[in-house]
Amino acid sequence: MAVTTQAGMAQAAGKPRAVQRRSPYPGWFFIPAAVIYIVLFLVPTFASLYFSLTRWTLFNSTFIGLENFAQFLREPFLIKGLINTVLYAAITSALKVVLGLLLAVLLTSQIAARGYLRSVVFFPVLVSTVGVGITFTVLMHPTNGMINEGLALLGIKGPGWLVDPNLALFSVALVDVWKGVGLATVIYIAGIVAIPKDYYEAARIDGATRLQNFFYITLPLSRPATTTVIILSFIGGLRTFDLIWAMTRGGPGFASDTVASVIYKQYQSGFYGLSTAGNVVLFILIAALVIPLTMLLNRKEGHE
Amino acid sequence: MTLIRNYWLSAVAILVSILVFLVPFAFIILMTFKEQRQAALLDFSWPMGNALWGNIVEVVTTRNWMLVTAFVNSTILTVVSVTLLVVFGAMVGFVLQRRKTRFNGLIEFLILAGLMLPPAVVPTIWLLQGMGLFGRLHGLILIEVAYGLPFTILLYRAFIATIPRDLDEAAIIDGARPFDVFFRIVLPLLWPVTVTNIVVQSVAIFNDFTNPLYYLPGNANATVQLTLYNFQSQFSTSYNLLFTNIALITIPPLLVFLFFNRQIVAGMTAGAVKG
Repeated sequence: MAVTTQAGMAQAAGKPRAVQRRSPYPGWFFIPAAVIYIVLFLVPTFASLYFSLTRWTLFNSTFIGLENFAQFLREPFLIKGLINTVLYAAITSALKVVLGLLLAVLLTSQIAARGYLRSVVFFPVLVSTVGVGITFTVLMHPTNGMINEGLALLGIKGPGWLVDPNLALFSVALVDVWKGVGLATVIYIAGIVAIPKDYYEAARIDGATRLQNFFYITLPLSRPATTTVIILSFIGGLRTFDLIWAMTRGGPGFASDTVASVIYKQYQSGFYGLSTAGNVVLFILIAALVIPLTMLLNRKEGHE
Repeated sequence: MTLIRNYWLSAVAILVSILVFLVPFAFIILMTFKEQRQAALLDFSWPMGNALWGNIVEVVTTRNWMLVTAFVNSTILTVVSVTLLVVFGAMVGFVLQRRKTRFNGLIEFLILAGLMLPPAVVPTIWLLQGMGLFGRLHGLILIEVAYGLPFTILLYRAFIATIPRDLDEAAIIDGARPFDVFFRIVLPLLWPVTVTNIVVQSVAIFNDFTNPLYYLPGNANATVQLTLYNFQSQFSTSYNLLFTNIALITIPPLLVFLFFNRQIVAGMTAGAVKG
């Protein structure tokens, strides 16, 4: 009796282990990815929280408290970078939503050369950002640039796109939209194609106009696509570096600096602590703006 | 009536698309054919003469064949990083989707954090220096893998959800080891999403400018995007060469676009989480 119980217990204890060993989903599958991700992404991220509080030469660091952050809020050009970053993200994501949706509606309607139009709108997404930046820097040249020469033919005096401090950031944002609108468009196309045809059928029977179709069917039902496009381009806009660096290097002066370009400039000048503080500011900025934005967009989505 | 309006709409759309999207690319191509003096005018004009071959030779041989070195470096970087991303990402996506544990929430949080947060640059450089990987190609490869993993894992996890579990269990009952179940049975079934992952990540890594700029300084191991950056000041007076360089490094993405357009669009809209 005692023997059987013991044997039974041993069996019961042994069984889960045996099952675990034969589980087709071994835990060690996580290890290679986890090691790389933890060492090269998580550790630096947590280390930045400490090093942003120091004066740092990479070999030794002196703790100086919140001095780097204080400097960030004191220097006018650093504050300018902060404002520019938010402005840039807001402009690019707003334009990508509006233009992406309109293009997607156009490209899912019955028009000629749809395949060609989809390809041509999407191709810039795949081209090197720096290449696009250099090309548009030349096209936006204030006197010889093609854009202003084209405007001159129409009798309009084109602005100094990248040399006018009030305009430089917006010009870069426009190029960003040119390059990125294709992605927004394909996301919207995927959303619109997924809308059941019955709705449009019913609307047609009720005599709805094209405009009503758009505002009462397409717009509300492509809400998930809108959420994706906004979040995606907003995060991309806040993190943007390569396009700004290729086109203006934050200039003229500090007129088009963003937090990411400030981080690079401070790194180049050897202010590693300040550069890292910039990184932490960017973390906070992204978390503080994107998390509430996501919650807001998802809540409204559930509401309807 | 509708037909007529669509006819006009189509015409307008095609015209605007040519003006907005094709003219900039036509400009790049025209520039590659021009002599230095004509290129300096920066105008949209037909090239006088054909300097294309001369421009290509000069761009390729400048600075001791730097562009060739860069193409080799970028190719190694892209191929190795994408291979590691696919294998490691698929492994995580598989177990993450199949096995529900209390760590899943934490792992998903880390994946979202990786998609959202920019990397902390200087601490990463400090860490790479400590490991002797700073300014080396394998260091940059590991960096690209670390930054690309969250997106790759998400794509794989979503796709693996559509593959029936019975398959894994049948294989186990037939006596297959977990390693074989994954690499011989599941991974081949993931081929469609693997293609998507390969294509999307290759384009992203080949076009990456910021990470090589920070983690791989120096001309000896430049990547293609950095040649553009290095030539920008050097070629400030020879726009023909600068644009020839742009055209040359746009060829690989163009080929990908021609052959894998569908997979790219599928990946970018399905995942829809990457900037």
